[in-house]
Amino acid sequence: MAAEGKAIDALSQFELVPFMGALGESVRFSQSNAHMLLAFGLITALMMWGTAKRSIVPGRLQALAESGYEFVHGIVTGQVGDQGKRYFPFVFSIFMFVLFGNMIGLLPYAFTFTSHIAVTFALAALVFVVVTVVALAIHGTHFFSYFFPEGAPKALAPLIIPIEIISYLSRPISLSVRLFANMVAGHVMLKVFATFVVMIGSAAGVLGLIGAVLPMAMNVALVGFEILVAFLQAYVFAILTSIYLHDAVHLH
Amino acid sequence: MNERDDFERRLREARTRQGLDKPAEDAKGGLPPGPMGIGFRVGVELVSALVVGVGIGLLLDRWLGTKPWLFLLFFVAGAAAGIMNIYRLFNPRSGRKI
Repeated sequence: MAAEGKAIDALSQFELVPFMGALGESVRFSQSNAHMLLAFGLITALMMWGTAKRSIVPGRLQALAESGYEFVHGIVTGQVGDQGKRYFPFVFSIFMFVLFGNMIGLLPYAFTFTSHIAVTFALAALVFVVVTVVALAIHGTHFFSYFFPEGAPKALAPLIIPIEIISYLSRPISLSVRLFANMVAGHVMLKVFATFVVMIGSAAGVLGLIGAVLPMAMNVALVGFEILVAFLQAYVFAILTSIYLHDAVHLH
Repeated sequence: MNERDDFERRLREARTRQGLDKPAEDAKGGLPPGPMGIGFRVGVELVSALVVGVGIGLLLDRWLGTKPWLFLLFFVAGAAAGIMNIYRLFNPRSGRKI
């Protein structure tokens, strides 16, 4: 697939194919959905097994589960304050789902479901709806004062309010595009350099094999970088959700 | 103060001394580290507000049949919102604990 002809085919890795042939086709179940289920299963298994033993001195699995918990707990309470604990399960679920989606996608033969804007936008829209509902539930109609900063001159209202509303509506778009673009860019780069390895390696005998080491080394570095990006994007998604929740709870 | 509280307190002091307990998130509004991360973040914020502004303008134009005036108006509003997004990125609204 990689080096058919001489073209670099970096985008076919994002194509959706039915999972398990005709069976998946009949219920429109793609490999993307299968990986989501896998991520869900792995997260559940990690949290169930990791917390089952409840040792005072945690083993490896328990330490992993606990550090994940405490990491997100720190983000939520740090941004939203003590009232934020109510929203911890929501932010934790989102964080783990994005993190596992990004990480599973780095394994060979795996598919990155966070590289599809449909998936990331669905997540971002969920965050947007939850945040808006939380703000409306806490503040009622007072929520709409969010769109007009205190102390601004009344004459500027026709100018400020549309701009504030557009800024508010742009949140799910920036949230989803950031995750989606980072994942796509990373995987395209990996594929391009991997194709270079095959192209150079098969080109000119021994000299080609020596030359192929260069893109290979680049790819090794890129995989390390992608692990960083996978974690960082999940972190950014979680912290932005917390920041939006802070705005919803405190309204200024 | 019972023994356990005393232990917790001494543990906390020891951890702070060793710099293990960092004060919670000191990053500005979740800004990613590194110039590339910040640049990408700024670009996405600017473009996404512009996209929303243009989208609203086009939809209202189609609904009210005022092509192309509302599109032009909301294009400018979207650009302003994008720049405000970036301003907020570096100077968050007051009252946010960071």
